[in-house]
Amino acid sequence: MQRSDRLSIYLYEFAWILPSIAIPVAMIVAIALSSFAMGINVQADYGRIDPTRVNETPPFDRPGLRQVGPNRYEAVIVAEIWRWIAATPDDKSRRVELTVPRGSEVTFIVTSRDVLHGLKIQNTAINMMIIPGQIARATAKFDIPGEYLFVCHEYCGTGHHFMYGVLRVE
Amino acid sequence: MTTERVHRYPAEGRLAAAYFIVALTALAVGGLMGTFQALNYAGIDEILGFNFYSDVPFIYSYYQALTLHGVLLVLIWTTFFICGFLLYVAVHSLGTPLPSLRFAWATFGLMLFGLLLAAVPILTNDATVLFTFYPPMKASPLYYFGLTLVVVATWGVLASLVQTYLVWRRQHPGVRTPLAAFMALVTMTMWTISTAGIAAQMIFLMIPWSLGVVQGTDPLLARTLFWFTGHPIVYFWLLPAYLSWYTMVPKQAGGRLFSDPMARVSFLLFLLLSIPVGLHHQYADPGIQHAMKFLHAVFTFGVFFPSLLTFFNVVASLENAGRARGGTGWLSWIVKLPWGNASVTAQLLAMILFAFGGISGLVNASYNVNNVVHNTAWVVGHFHLTVGTAVTLTFMGVLYWLVPYLSGKRLFSNRIALIQAWMWFIGMAIFSNALHRLGLLGMPRRSMIGDAPYLALQPEWQNILPFIGVGGVLMTISGLLFFAVLILTLTASKAPANVEFPRAEAVSGPEDAPAILDRWRPWIVGALVLIAIAYVPPLVAQLATLSLTSPGFRPW
Ligand SMILES: [Cu+2]
Repeated sequence: MQRSDRLSIYLYEFAWILPSIAIPVAMIVAIALSSFAMGINVQADYGRIDPTRVNETPPFDRPGLRQVGPNRYEAVIVAEIWRWIAATPDDKSRRVELTVPRGSEVTFIVTSRDVLHGLKIQNTAINMMIIPGQIARATAKFDIPGEYLFVCHEYCGTGHHFMYGVLRVE
Repeated sequence: MTTERVHRYPAEGRLAAAYFIVALTALAVGGLMGTFQALNYAGIDEILGFNFYSDVPFIYSYYQALTLHGVLLVLIWTTFFICGFLLYVAVHSLGTPLPSLRFAWATFGLMLFGLLLAAVPILTNDATVLFTFYPPMKASPLYYFGLTLVVVATWGVLASLVQTYLVWRRQHPGVRTPLAAFMALVTMTMWTISTAGIAAQMIFLMIPWSLGVVQGTDPLLARTLFWFTGHPIVYFWLLPAYLSWYTMVPKQAGGRLFSDPMARVSFLLFLLLSIPVGLHHQYADPGIQHAMKFLHAVFTFGVFFPSLLTFFNVVASLENAGRARGGTGWLSWIVKLPWGNASVTAQLLAMILFAFGGISGLVNASYNVNNVVHNTAWVVGHFHLTVGTAVTLTFMGVLYWLVPYLSGKRLFSNRIALIQAWMWFIGMAIFSNALHRLGLLGMPRRSMIGDAPYLALQPEWQNILPFIGVGGVLMTISGLLFFAVLILTLTASKAPANVEFPRAEAVSGPEDAPAILDRWRPWIVGALVLIAIAYVPPLVAQLATLSLTSPGFRPW
C-alpha cells in the first residue's frame, strides 16, 4: 500500500476512535450523576432472611400497610407462589389492594417465601427482583391519584400470570 | 475466475453439517413454539378448534413451550451452529485440517448426548424452568446434567481449534494468523473462560441440590454465577456473526475489508470486556452493593467501544464494496450493494435491525434507567433484535452460501430466499417494535399475557398486542420458506453449486497489525485481571453470607 493511503486510513480510524470512546464515557458520566448526585438508585444489600421462616421474622410476620409518620407508609409484602400477601396471612384473596392518600410516600419491603418473583409498580421507579433469602426495599411518592397496577414479572410457575395487585391512591 | 466447485475439507464439512442438522432441528421446533406464544399475545390460542397447549403432543403448558422455545433457540440453535461454523471456518482459513477428527466427532457426540439428556425432562414436563432455570425452582437432575455436558463439549471445540492452530503455527512462524481463524479462536477462548460461572453453578449448587445431596441452595449466588456466563453468551452468539460481516460479507459484496488491524483490536477488546459485565443483569437484585453494580455498568459501556469500532469497520467495508460496484456520492453506494444476493441481503438486513437492538441494549445497561424496563416486554423486544435477528438472520444468510458450498448443489431459489430474508426483517420489525412499546407501558415478560387477568385493566396494551401476532405470523412464514429452500436445495436442486468460500482481502491488511495483536497470553491475562476486579468482591461477599436455605419447588 502507498504511504499516503496508509496515512489516510490511520486518520479515518483515529477520527472514529475518538468519538467511540467519548460517547460511552459521556453516557456513563450522565448515569453516575443521575444516580449518585440525584439519588435515583437501584436495589442494594438490605440483609438476609431465612426463607423457610418468613412467617416468624419481623416485619414479615405481619404483612400489610401501616402508617409510620405523617404521609409516610410502609407496605410489607410477602411474595408466594402466584400471589402477593399484603394483609394478615389468613386472607386468601389472590388480588391484593392497598389504599393510600395522595401525597403519600410509601416504602415497600418485600421478600419471597418460595421461588423468585419480581415486583414492578406501574408509573413509578419501583422495579425489583424478589429473591428468597433477600429483603428488597424501595420508596416512591404518590402525588397523582389513580390505580397503580403491580404484577409479578419473574416466572414463578404456571400461575405466574395470575399474580398481581393494585395500589389505589385516593 | 476460478471457482472451488468441490470444497477442500470434506471430512470437516461432514462434521459441520452434523452440527448444522441439530441446530436447524432446534430452530424449527423452537421457532414453532414462538409462533404459539406470539399468537397467545394476540389473543389466539386456538385455530379451527386446535389448541396449542392441549392438542400438541408433548406440550403440557404455555410455560413448558416457553422453556422449549428458550432452550432450543438461545442455547441449542446458536451453540450447535456456532461450533460447526467456527470449526469449519478455522480449518479453511488456516488451510490446515483438524489434527484429530476422532476427537472432534467425540466432542460433537458429547454435545448431542447432553442435548438429548436435557430434552427428556423438558418433553415430559419435568423441567419447566425456562432456559434461565433460576433456583429454587427445581427441575429433574437430567436437565442440569444435560446442559452441563453441552457446555463441557464446547470446551472440546476450543481444544480442536487450538490443536489446529498449533499445527499451523509450527508451519508458519512469524506469519499473522488469518483473520477468520483469529476471530474463531478469540470467540471460543472468550466463551470458554466465561463458562467458569455456569460450570461452578452446576457443579457446586444445582447438581448436588437436584440430586438431594444437599437440602437447600442459595438463589442469589446461583444467579450471580449464572450471569457470569449469561452475558458473555450474548457475545458468543454475536462474534461469529461479526466474523461473517468482517471476513466474508465484504468479499460477497464485491469489496474489501476496510481495516484488518482494527478488526483484530475490536475482537481482543471483546475478549477483555465481554465477561466482567454480568451484574448488569442484576441491577434490580437485592443483596448486591451499588458500587459493584455500577462498576459492571462502567465495563458494560466499555463494550460499546469495540461495538462502535465494528460498526465503523463493517460500514466502511460495505462502502468500499458499493463504490467498487460503481456507487458514488455520500449514500448512493448503498443501492449498489448486491441486494439481489439473498446471502448478502439477509446479513445486511440483520445489521440494520441490530443497530436498533444495540440502542435498546444501552438502555438495559444503563444502571438506574434500566429500572424502567427491567423484566418487561422491552427486554424481549431487545433480544429478538440481537439473537433473534442479528445472529439468526446472519446465520440464515451464511447457510445460503454454505449449504450449496458444502453440498455442491446450487441454492434452490435465490428469489424465495430473498423474500424469506425480507419477511423476517419486516416481521421482526413489527414484532419487536410492539414489544418495546409494551415494555415501556409496563407489560411484564415471561407471562402468559393472553390469559392474564390484569390484561383487562390495560386498554393500551390491548391495542398493541395484535401486532405481536402479525409479526409472529410473518416470521413463521419466513421460517417455513427458509426450511423449504434448504430442503429443496438438498433434494431437488439439479444444478451444481457455483459458490466459492468468501475470504475478504483488506484495504489495510494484516501486515499493518502490530505483533502484539497476534499474541495470546497478554490478552488472556488481561481478561482474567478484569474478571477478578469485577467478580472477586461480590463473590467474596456472597460466599461470606452463604446460606443454603432454599428448598426446591416445582410450581408447574
Ligand atoms: Cu410470582
